[in-house]
Amino acid sequence: MLQRTVPMAILSLSGLILMLAYFSPMTTSWGETVLDWFNILAAVAFVLGAGNLLAVNLEKISSRRAGWAYAAITLIAFFLMLGFGLLKVGAVPNAEHPTVAFAGGYETAASPFGWTYEYIFSPLTATMFAMLAFYVASAAFRAFRAKNIESILLLGTAFIILLAQTAAGMFLTGWIPEESAFAFLRLDWMKVAITEHIQTAGMRAITIGIALGVVATSLRLILGIDKSYLSKS
Amino acid sequence: MDRPHLTCLRRTSTRLFVAATPILLLATTVTAAAEEQSGWINTARVPLLIALVLICGAVIAGIAIARTGRPLHIRKLAALDAVEEAIGRATEMGRSVLFVPGIQDMTDIQTVAGVTVLGRVAKIAAEYDARLEVPTARSIVMAAARETVRAAHYSAGRPESYNEANIYYITDEQFGYVAAVTGKMVREKPAACFYMGAFYAESLLFAENGNSIGAIQIAGTAEPSQLPFFVAACDYTLIGEEFFAASAYLSGERDQLGSVKGQDFGKLLITAAILIGCALATAAVFMPSLTDAASTFKAILGG
Repeated sequence: MLQRTVPMAILSLSGLILMLAYFSPMTTSWGETVLDWFNILAAVAFVLGAGNLLAVNLEKISSRRAGWAYAAITLIAFFLMLGFGLLKVGAVPNAEHPTVAFAGGYETAASPFGWTYEYIFSPLTATMFAMLAFYVASAAFRAFRAKNIESILLLGTAFIILLAQTAAGMFLTGWIPEESAFAFLRLDWMKVAITEHIQTAGMRAITIGIALGVVATSLRLILGIDKSYLSKS
Repeated sequence: MDRPHLTCLRRTSTRLFVAATPILLLATTVTAAAEEQSGWINTARVPLLIALVLICGAVIAGIAIARTGRPLHIRKLAALDAVEEAIGRATEMGRSVLFVPGIQDMTDIQTVAGVTVLGRVAKIAAEYDARLEVPTARSIVMAAARETVRAAHYSAGRPESYNEANIYYITDEQFGYVAAVTGKMVREKPAACFYMGAFYAESLLFAENGNSIGAIQIAGTAEPSQLPFFVAACDYTLIGEEFFAASAYLSGERDQLGSVKGQDFGKLLITAAILIGCALATAAVFMPSLTDAASTFKAILGG
């Protein structure tokens, strides 16, 4: 019973304290204490995460499972960065305390840690991010196929927005005077109308729904109605 | 072992808690109004507090009504009805089910909602004896996900099929996590992919990779900027509030479904506020004497 009651009590109490801290400046410090406790737990869990990373990858290597070479690369990278960071290998001496060991910064590109981060890690993450452009194109290709009324509306809207974003948009309709009765035919005018009125209204409806969902979910957890995260053993 | 005194105690304490929460919140609001000058309440947040009290009250009332046994009508969500079909398909194909709980920590309510949905998905997967993999980007999420999946296996009556190794931590780094998960997707080709939680630029990377391997994809997030990507690339998407209602919907428990119904009152309240605001703002254009009333109403709503 304690296995379920104690976590539920901690959750309910933390939730209520955070709620109270938001509305009452006098209890702000209580909320900060709760968040400090979370940070302590997260720090402990980080060790658990690192341990799990080691266990999973070592098991992959020892059993020669498919993709074990990736596991080996992961572990080599993990230990290299951990070693560079903890031992401050090649750290630039601290200007104020040049004789004190481990006082220098290790994040600069002059140190192995900084160099690896700057010239290996950052380009790799940038590569992953850059792939997004191709995926946007392929997703748009599928989404904008005019197969029904909704798709045609989506395609038309996307066409107007995309065209208005480019120089071609101004070239095509920029000659229509802004004060004339036909100003609504300008692509830049249509873009503003779509993004500031139609899109904003839709987004606000979604945001309101999200806010209500957040309240209901939080309440279900605080009141202990949703206990799906608790083991029955 | 049947312990009626404990059950009775738990029910009584739950009822007391349910009754005390709105009373406490209401008392805080009333006292706040009375002690506005004393500084122990953030006066700028009083309208929000009132709205919170009303919405919380409505949710609790929804739960109470559900407990009376009155029939509840909840709109069908195609995405959630497809969960069982997706897991069944994975079982038939002998492939795994992938569940990505977003890239944020447990401090984000979306991750919490994602983990509660994971509990329902894991229960169905346990019943079908399908292999469920949960790679996480935060170690504390891994710990929570493990406990949730373990609870689901016990609940399904199959504790022996729970394998802790299938829920693992990868990295906190956004694109490092993406590289690991998408690599796994391409190599192992899971038959069903669930993306439930907080997502940013990685949403489309996951969804397009899942699409390329022919997996059934069900996504749910409350990040408005990522919803179009999921809608474009996934088979089903839970949009905003649907995502938060997912756990309650899948559980089928009356208490939880009642809380979803309670949200409708919140919608009614907000719709009324929007209509009154629009009417006042429009009337103020023609009757300048109403300008102050419109401004006051806007200020009350925090605008």
